[in-house]
Order: sequence, then structure tokens, then C-alpha cells
Amino acid sequence: MSGGVDSSVVAGLLQRRGQRIVGLTMQLWNQRRLPELTPEGGVTGRCCSLDDVYDARHVAQHLGIPYYVVNFESGFEEQVVKPFIDDYLSGRTPIPCTLCNNFIKFDQFLDLAEGVGASRIATGHYARIGFDDATGRYQMSRGADHSKDQTYFLFGLKQEQLARTDFPLGGYTKPQVRELARELGLPVAAKPDSQEICFVPNGDYAAFIDAYFRERGIAAEKTHGEIRDTEGRVLGEHAGVHHFTVGQRRGLRVAAGEPLYVIATEPASQRVIVGRNEDLLRATLTAKDMNWISMAPICAPIRAQVKIRNRHLAADATISPIGSGAARIEVRFDEPQRAVTPGQAAVLYDGDLVLGGGWIE
Amino acid sequence: MRALDRPISFPAPAITVKLLNEVRRFYFDHNATTPVSQSVLEVLVAALLEVPGNASSIHQDGQLAKQRLEAARREVSALLGSEPKELVFTSGGTEADNLAILGSLHAMVTPFEKHVVTTAIEHPAVLNPCRELYPSAASVTYVRPRPDGVVDPEDIRRAMRPETVLVSVMHANNETGTLQPIAEIAAIAHAGGALMHSDGVQAAGKIPVDVRALGVDLYSISGHKFYATKGIGALYVKSGTRLRSIQFGGKHERERRPGTENVPSAVAMAKAAAIARGTLPIEQSRLSDLRDRLEAGILGRVPDTGVNGPGGGRTPNTSSIYFDGLEGEALVISLDLKGFAVSSGSACSSGAVEPSHVLLAMGLKPERARASLRFSLGASNNEEQVDALIEAVAGSVAQLRKLSPTYTSA
Repeated sequence: MSGGVDSSVVAGLLQRRGQRIVGLTMQLWNQRRLPELTPEGGVTGRCCSLDDVYDARHVAQHLGIPYYVVNFESGFEEQVVKPFIDDYLSGRTPIPCTLCNNFIKFDQFLDLAEGVGASRIATGHYARIGFDDATGRYQMSRGADHSKDQTYFLFGLKQEQLARTDFPLGGYTKPQVRELARELGLPVAAKPDSQEICFVPNGDYAAFIDAYFRERGIAAEKTHGEIRDTEGRVLGEHAGVHHFTVGQRRGLRVAAGEPLYVIATEPASQRVIVGRNEDLLRATLTAKDMNWISMAPICAPIRAQVKIRNRHLAADATISPIGSGAARIEVRFDEPQRAVTPGQAAVLYDGDLVLGGGWIE
Repeated sequence: MRALDRPISFPAPAITVKLLNEVRRFYFDHNATTPVSQSVLEVLVAALLEVPGNASSIHQDGQLAKQRLEAARREVSALLGSEPKELVFTSGGTEADNLAILGSLHAMVTPFEKHVVTTAIEHPAVLNPCRELYPSAASVTYVRPRPDGVVDPEDIRRAMRPETVLVSVMHANNETGTLQPIAEIAAIAHAGGALMHSDGVQAAGKIPVDVRALGVDLYSISGHKFYATKGIGALYVKSGTRLRSIQFGGKHERERRPGTENVPSAVAMAKAAAIARGTLPIEQSRLSDLRDRLEAGILGRVPDTGVNGPGGGRTPNTSSIYFDGLEGEALVISLDLKGFAVSSGSACSSGAVEPSHVLLAMGLKPERARASLRFSLGASNNEEQVDALIEAVAGSVAQLRKLSPTYTSA
């Protein structure tokens, strides 16, 4: 229970169905830890803020269910925050929500829930889980509300995790969920949606990384470097590779006759390479650490639609396995796609069905 | 043998009944707080009804309140072996600790920078006033305990400086129950010209306390730790000890603690103190027997467990036990859902659990500190409850360890 509308409605729905439930909130990050990032008037509407815990507890009290806050701060820092920072410094653009889902929420947290006596966990994700008798596999498909679909962040879920998980909101649209919240009389029915990365205030991840460096006593200068074009000409300097992601146009501060975009960041030399929009187009990509969900690992090429970031419209492609077990794949798009970004995920769909996904190399 | 005044037991919360059809609720967290006893409730209600006056008023209604307040002061003094005029009523243990530390330092004018010696295992009500002193008002040394949780008086002696003006060491620790050698430490403090404060919140009502024998100048207690109401405590201030108020208002409590006196709560604390004094010898041995039964049961049935702190030299009701390979937080939740109230570490502002600073200061590895639980027994507990708790702990630990990535059975 995050204190938001979605997980609160999940609790209300399950209770209405007569389920015996326990409310749990994960304490993941201490928002008071990097106070320089706290906007005037304090932190609200962010994960782990006291206001959100207050709201979650209020909902639990309203429903009359036992409720606990469980501390995953150290696991979250080790397995989400540090890899998030390392990825940026290594020229990748990470997805912390997926790391959290894979290593905290559907792993340590799921085990804790089972350990205290719960048979399953339910979350407020917009996604659906089904079981295919023919293949004996749990399957995942997009939530009924495509604008809220969260399957892109859930591609890492293993069969045994899916077997113990429910997404009760998968069949609802967000307006329906708000309506349910009002119907259930939940005190958070009118609370605005949360956005962006939960532990990074205002979505300014570069400021977060800088503040984290200062707290740890790491010199930020070592991330500074040159901005070069695709021919190797030096166009300017930048204040850290973590300020840039592939496809970005803002914040380059270099003069050029035409709009320039980030083509790549090179961690070894701390260089940011910029070029024209056409330079961003790629027809192929490879992805590693594939997790196959709704189908067994492929042995031969298949056709699928591939999403390369959350807001990307899944594009038709041919998928070929690399090596045995299809732990890596090559994706060949029918039409070249803009800004294929290392560190993001390539998630494969067949219509609404999530076939699987991996990390773009 | 005097009959025990049974506390009103904790009612089964409606949520537990709904969740598990579980009506029994066994409370093993008496170091957090205790329920009021029936007779405490009666005197409290009677005082609220019959003594509505302001104890500082001149008229008859005020005089009646004052008379009850002073009678309460005498009764609470008797629990500590102090003179009534040496006792200042406060809103609780936290305020008593703050008043002792900040109030005694504010009352001293020195030509040098003051220095305070305390320990790393104090309650936040002592640690945080000390942090407040530094660096503007005083420097502070935090002495670590030995691995058994006992503070070595020699370590206090070594921490003393010529400019040390206050030594503050708790009498009994809230997590482990460990008793500190207060009399020895007080002698060292006095030899160095410093005042001696002891936080006695976890000792008063559980073990005999004699502030004269301890040799302390300041001693804090809290009513709700021994079956009185929340919101009342007291600070013993040895006659002649200079203390300045840390709040500003009227001239109540000999100008040491402003604010209209909380007469009903003082009356309730006095009743609880009288009961504690009467039942203490019986309760002490009854609780330590139960505590030993609990420890023997758990250590005998559950592998890879052990008691944190010493075998002896503890308050009779407290046991801190580690369960390697699991998170104490999860065990608390699991036991709560089975109807048992126990605790682990301390709650941060969100309500999540942080590892105990006491166990960390004793040198426990963070994993073991996080894997520790505190059981604190009290008047409502009996053998049957202890046996049920052992059974529940064994079941919950087995279930959690089955899922633990760090636990491999020996």
C-alpha cells in the first residue's frame, strides 16, 4: 500500500470479496536523507514520505485491516539506487522501477509476506496475469487501460513470482478505479496520481545523483567531460554523463547550425557524443538477460511487437535467439526506431500478451 | 502473601478478531507500556470526578487538589527512597530526562566549555538532549558498553575530564534489561566533581530503587511503565542540586516545571507506585521465573538463537533474543497476526523498524541486531501464555527461515 489510489482500491476490492488481508507498506528510501533535494514545504506525494504512510495507514484503518510498514531501505539502496547510479555513470539509462520489482517487491517483499503468513500478494499494477493450461505457464498481458499499462516494468517477473501475485486492477481503467475509490469511501479517492521515479524528487535524477555523491564524499568532477560530434570534433564540455540520455536535446548548450541530440554517452572517456536526429535511428538491437513469460524461450525467429521504452509505441520486428536458451536476442525492426537506449528494456508483445523482455545492450 | 492487582488486559482489537477469528491477545511488550490496573483506574476516575480544582489555586477546591498532589508525591517518593520535596512531576520519562540534562547544565555557569559523559545505549530521551547540547553548550562523550551490555565504570572514569559537569547513565536498559553499576559510576562522577543522572524509566517498579544508595543527583521515572497512565512521570532532584526550568511559565513545582499540575495522573502514578512497592518481591521472582521459562523454551526448541546481554544482572521481565537468518521485523508481524505483541528495534517516524542502537553498541553485527526480538513480561502474563508464545515463536521462525536467503540450518 503506497498510500495512493490504486493500491488502496486493491485493498478495498479484496476486502469486499471477503478476502482476509494484511496491509503492508515498503519503506524504501528516507526522503529526509538528502534534504537539499526537498522542495519548500516538504516532500509529498512521493514514495516513503510520511504523508503517504499516513494515507496508507488511514486507508487500512478505514477498512479495519492490520497494517505494517516494513523496512527495505538497505536492500533498496544496494539493489536499486546504487545500480541506478552506476548505470548512468556507465552510459546507460536505467529503469529503477524494474529493478525494484525484480529484486525488492516481487522478491524480498513477496518472501516477507509469505513469511508472515500471507498466501499471496496483491498490488495496484495495471497488468493482468493468466494461466495457460496448454503450456502450463503463467502469462502476463497489458492492463485494460492501455494508457496506464505497467507491463513494461514487469517483464522481469518469473513464473514462481507470477504464481503468488494478483493484479486486481488489470481489468479496470483508471477512471473506474477512481470511481471504486469513491464507492468504497476511501479517504484517498481524490488524491492525485504519483509520477516518475519514486525516490527522486521532481524527476530531477541528475540532481539526485549529484546530491548522493556529495553525501558519500565522491568528487562529482570525475564525471565531467567533453561533448563531441560523430566526427570527433569537440563542441563543448558537460558537467557529468549522468545528465544525458540517448535522444536528449535539452541541456547540451552547444552552438550548431541544426538541432543536436545525444547519440551516445561514453563512460570510459566521459564523452557525450551528439549528432543529428537521423543519427538516432537504429534498425536492430540486442538485449540480454531475457526473461520469457508467456512463452517458453524461443529456438527460432519469431515475429512480435517490441517496446524499447515505456512511452514507445510497440514496433513490429523479427526476434532471433542468440545462443542456446535464448538468454540473448537480436531484434530487427521492420522500420528503424529512434533512440535505442542501452539500459532500457526491450519488451516483446503479441498484441496484449507480454512474451518476455530483456535489457538493451 | 499479598494478592496481585491484575492489570486490565489489553482488549483483542477488532481487526484481529476479523482477520483470524482470534480472540486471545497476549501482550509481551511491557517495556513499551503497560495497561493500567483496575485499582489505578478507580483512583484516576475518582480523582477526575472529585478533585477538579487547580492545585495552585488558593481556595478550598485548589487546596483539596494540592493535598492530593502532595499525598501522591509522598507515595511516589517512597518508591524511590527520596524526600517528597525532591520529586518534580513531569509529563513523562522523556521530559524528566530532558529536564535533568538541559536543566542541570543551564543552571551551571562555568568559565570553561562543559563536558558531559553518557553512554551509547541510552534512550533517545537522553541521547537527543545531549546532541542538542553539542556544540554550543557542551561537548559530549558517548561511552560504549562491554559486549554483555554492561557499562564498565572504568570506561566512565577514563571518559571524565576536568570540565566534566554531568554523567548520565541509565539504570536498566529498555532492550536487554541490563542493569548498570550506577552506585559505582555515581562515585566516579562525584569524585570528578560532576553531577550524576540516571534514567530509571525501565527500573522503577521492576526492581527496588533507592536513590540514596545509588548516590544519584537526578533520577527519571515514567508512570506508564508500571501500570499508571501515560502522560505522567517524575524527576528526582537531590536536595541542593541546582536545576533551571527548561520550559517557561508559572511557578509550579518549585519553579522547576511550569504548567498546571496533572493531579489525577499523579494520583494514578502514586497508586501504581504503592502497588509496585507491595508486590515487587513476589513479582520479581515470578517474572524472572517466567522469563527463564521463556528463554529455556525458545533456546531449547529453536536452533541458532541466543540471549543478548548477560544472564544475570537484568530486570526480571526483559529478554532480548536473536534468531539468526531472519528479520526481527517480519517475526514481530508474524507473531502479531497470531495474537502476540512483542517488539524489535525501534520504530522510525514512518513506523518501519530500524536496528536497535543498543544491540549495535554492544557490538552485535547489524544482521544479528536486526534479527533480534525483545520480550518484556508483565503482570498479565502467566505460564500458559509463555508456553503459547514459545510455540508461536517456534512456528513463525521456522516459516520465516524457510524463505530466508541467508539462513542455512546447521
